[in-house]
Amino acid sequence: MYKSLEELCKLEASEGKPFWKIVQEDDCRERGITPEESFAQMQDMYEAMRYADEHYDETLLSASGLVGTEGKKMADARANGTLLCGSFIGKVMEKALKTSESNACMKRIVAAPTAGSCGVIPAVFLSLQEERQIPAEKIVEALYVAAGIGGVIGSRAFLAGAAGGCQAEIGSASAMAAGGAAYLAGGGAPEIANAAALALKNLLGLACDPVAGLVEVPCVKRNVMGAVNAMTSADMTSAGIFSKIPPDQVIDAMKSIGRSMHEDIRETGKGGLAGTPAGVAVRERMAGLD
Amino acid sequence: MKGVYLKQKVSLFVYIEEGTDRIMNLTDIIGPVMVGPSSSHTAGAVRIGQIARKLLGEPAANAEIFFHGSFLATGKGHGTDRALIAGLLGMAVDDAAIPDSFRIAAEAGLTFSISGIDLGDAHPNSVKMRLTGKSGKTLETVAASVGGGQIEIHELDGLAVKFGGEYPTLIVHNIDKPGYVTEVTAALAKKSINIATMQLYRASRGGNAVMVIECDQEVSEEFIEWLAQREGIIKVTYLSLANGREENGKEYGA
Repeated sequence: MYKSLEELCKLEASEGKPFWKIVQEDDCRERGITPEESFAQMQDMYEAMRYADEHYDETLLSASGLVGTEGKKMADARANGTLLCGSFIGKVMEKALKTSESNACMKRIVAAPTAGSCGVIPAVFLSLQEERQIPAEKIVEALYVAAGIGGVIGSRAFLAGAAGGCQAEIGSASAMAAGGAAYLAGGGAPEIANAAALALKNLLGLACDPVAGLVEVPCVKRNVMGAVNAMTSADMTSAGIFSKIPPDQVIDAMKSIGRSMHEDIRETGKGGLAGTPAGVAVRERMAGLD
Repeated sequence: MKGVYLKQKVSLFVYIEEGTDRIMNLTDIIGPVMVGPSSSHTAGAVRIGQIARKLLGEPAANAEIFFHGSFLATGKGHGTDRALIAGLLGMAVDDAAIPDSFRIAAEAGLTFSISGIDLGDAHPNSVKMRLTGKSGKTLETVAASVGGGQIEIHELDGLAVKFGGEYPTLIVHNIDKPGYVTEVTAALAKKSINIATMQLYRASRGGNAVMVIECDQEVSEEFIEWLAQREGIIKVTYLSLANGREENGKEYGA
């Protein structure tokens, strides 16, 4: 695992290999597998993401009844042409809802990087593939880009809400998806790192405050926000808008913020939204279930 | 052979990577494929069930399950109960049938009870299990889901232990007398099996002791049978990670 996006940018320049290939070679070294084996495994992950999206069950509700059916509502609104954001972003939102609702309803998903943030990357990548006719192989390369960014964040900071709040989960997923989208838009390592930095900057400080401790509220809708934020970060990058704070320093800022977060807002289900009267009522209702 | 005197619950070998996480790789960042909603409360619970089944050495016929801490408080909403039963049935973390595990358990002849318990300062995501196998073998264990789907076994048949179930693991219960550690480790060396980590625990001086040996290679059945026949060895449990072996985790009594 690389510990620095700057290092990855330098390697791309000095070795003349694309970002994704450098990440893949590192994976092969660490796990003692061939590039073909590594690629096939990553392809399986993408197929599992697609499967989860295609097999969304619009009738399911989560254990608490708090989430479910929302992906269908967004699909209907998109079909009716009533969305202010238009059809493309509508699709991104719809897919983010579908995958993260599937997770809450005990269906099979790909943790990317976590189960709670599993909707962000598939929402961005599946939508781009469908709308822009990008070959599946190119998307798998973008998954390596995303994994490389996630690896740096995991090595430098954290990827778990219990450790660093929601910024570590949705923030990281959004940064990973943004970097992948920047690559799919034709960007090299500097663009990839920049898109990741822009996405993460926007989500710094985000608390992990799940109602009743469940991966439902606000997690599902935060996946929507993480996915859309990834798209806007990639587009800002394409437009030549660059982060004034270097990407590695943004990750370090995420770590320092996570370190200073009170444990009530680090996945304990106590503070923030979980501690509101409505949140407490859900917790009490769940405690009474049996 | 000269014996070694060991204090209770003290790890012998300094090269144990105490408290370190498993090294992260790419498939931990994008992946695993799992049934939601939570890596710790769902996938981790499946893994605990799987490892407990392997340690029992045969399919379970009855399971008494006691949830502690966060497993007790939020387990219902995370499907921790269904996930644990799924693991006891041998399902993997990405098995789409995990939500149906209660019904499948009934078909498979696994009866179970689930209740709450206060295990004091145990890890918040802990569960205590009393398992009875199809042939009457028993196992009592406390296990915890420690994050990211990783688990640790913290208690085995009343003795405190700590292992993650990620290596082939040899668990030897013996009488607390000099010489057993040397005998077991020398025999493993003769078979060219490298010890990754080793821990020693005992209930009381001169009472029952347990060695937990995580190995880099699989240990053969013959070796385990031989070991189980040695004098002073009470029980040998083996956690195999070999693929496609449904009969993992055989238990051998002397």
